[in-house]
Amino acid sequence: MTPSRQAFMAVVGKDLRIELRTMRSLPAMVLFAVTTFIIFRFGLDRTALSGSLASGVVWTTLLFAAVLGINRIFLAEREEGGFDAFRLAPVDRAVLFAAKAAVLFLYLAVLELIVIPVFAVFFLQEWSGLLPLIVILMATNLGFAALGTLISSMAVNSRARDLLVPLLLLPLVVPLMIAATSATAPLLDVGGPSYDKFGTWLLVLGLYDGIFCLVGYAVFDFLLED
Amino acid sequence: MSGRGLKQLSILTALVLIAGFALVFFWVPMDADQGFKQKIFYLHVPLAIVALCGFIAGGVEGFRHLRSGDRRHDANSYVFIHLSVVFGVATLITGCLWAKASWGHFWVWDEPTLVSFLIVFLLYCTYYPFRYAIEDRDRQARYASVFAIMAGAFVPLNFMAVRMAESLIHPRVFATSGGGLPGSMMFTFLVCLVGVALLWVTLVKLELLGKQTSGQVSKLRRALEAQGFGGGEETSGTVGRRIAPNLEAQ
Repeated sequence: MTPSRQAFMAVVGKDLRIELRTMRSLPAMVLFAVTTFIIFRFGLDRTALSGSLASGVVWTTLLFAAVLGINRIFLAEREEGGFDAFRLAPVDRAVLFAAKAAVLFLYLAVLELIVIPVFAVFFLQEWSGLLPLIVILMATNLGFAALGTLISSMAVNSRARDLLVPLLLLPLVVPLMIAATSATAPLLDVGGPSYDKFGTWLLVLGLYDGIFCLVGYAVFDFLLED
Repeated sequence: MSGRGLKQLSILTALVLIAGFALVFFWVPMDADQGFKQKIFYLHVPLAIVALCGFIAGGVEGFRHLRSGDRRHDANSYVFIHLSVVFGVATLITGCLWAKASWGHFWVWDEPTLVSFLIVFLLYCTYYPFRYAIEDRDRQARYASVFAIMAGAFVPLNFMAVRMAESLIHPRVFATSGGGLPGSMMFTFLVCLVGVALLWVTLVKLELLGKQTSGQVSKLRRALEAQGFGGGEETSGTVGRRIAPNLEAQ
């Protein structure tokens, strides 16, 4: 095992252990998402959703739940001096970026594993679109993870941390949301899933993920300097 | 960047802008479809192009700052983005007016260029709260540069995604090869583009000069304070107040 991979596994393991013991991000994200569904039920005054409306509700909810997680992803590092410890360690700093992005990706995957079935039970009549939806979810999670880690590490060292994360994140994820909602809408149609431009949107998601993974990898060094 | 050449540049900018607007009002033919209203095109589009180029240039300067650690690049990046945001406000206002005149609504959602521009504009508006939420000067410069790079990479991506999502009803004046634009219109447009770009450069130089001057003033004031503190019997709190009026009196 190379030192980089060792460090990667150590950070991921530490974060997952902390989350399992303290439960300070995921339950809040799940609760938030489920409550938001209920608000949408009354806000839109619908008991069943399909097509672009269903896709919009799913992605808006997931986005705001993700903001909760992104806000806290570097909290332990900041409060307990983890940044200094990592700066002292003889490993590539991009490892911290990769590890945090992986943790965020896992959080989002777990969140979706719980919340998407709840959404289906609440609103969907046709469930067969959920299987191809997994591909979209994974591709979007990767974009969220890369961008969220970058934004969170930028905001965590400023005064207005909680305010800056959504402020910076929301405009930046607009293309991601466009691609994700446009790809999801035909999957949740009443008459069963159709794959209208599915590949094109997946390509856009992939391009977005690629660009922000690269940008994050390239600039993360400068965010960690002191 | 020094203030040398600023006067000549200002005069040149004024001349080109006046020439451009003279061409717009007295020479270029009326648009067959929209008539006089279409003339806002000669202001709106150059503003938008210059603002977007300024955002990208801000990203490039941010990159150069991170590479070299030279604070001048950070100042450039800040001023580029700042003026492009100002130009962005003008772009959105002229865009709304044009939309009202030609489509009957101030805001048209299925028009990708306007929507993408708004998203980019909103993103760059967060540059200010982000920058000033960081206290440490070095860290502020570094983080602002990271923001500039990230946002610079985001600009083309955003335009692509929004364009794909919307139907294309925006007048695509340059898209058709062989020129959707007659020669006289193209010439006028280019003059206006150069004029607006010169205006941007002039304002950038002015802003940088202002920053440089205020930096020098505070440096001199600090030096004076240090001297006064060394030779005088005053307490440190009164030194600055005592010296400043003296400076004005001399």
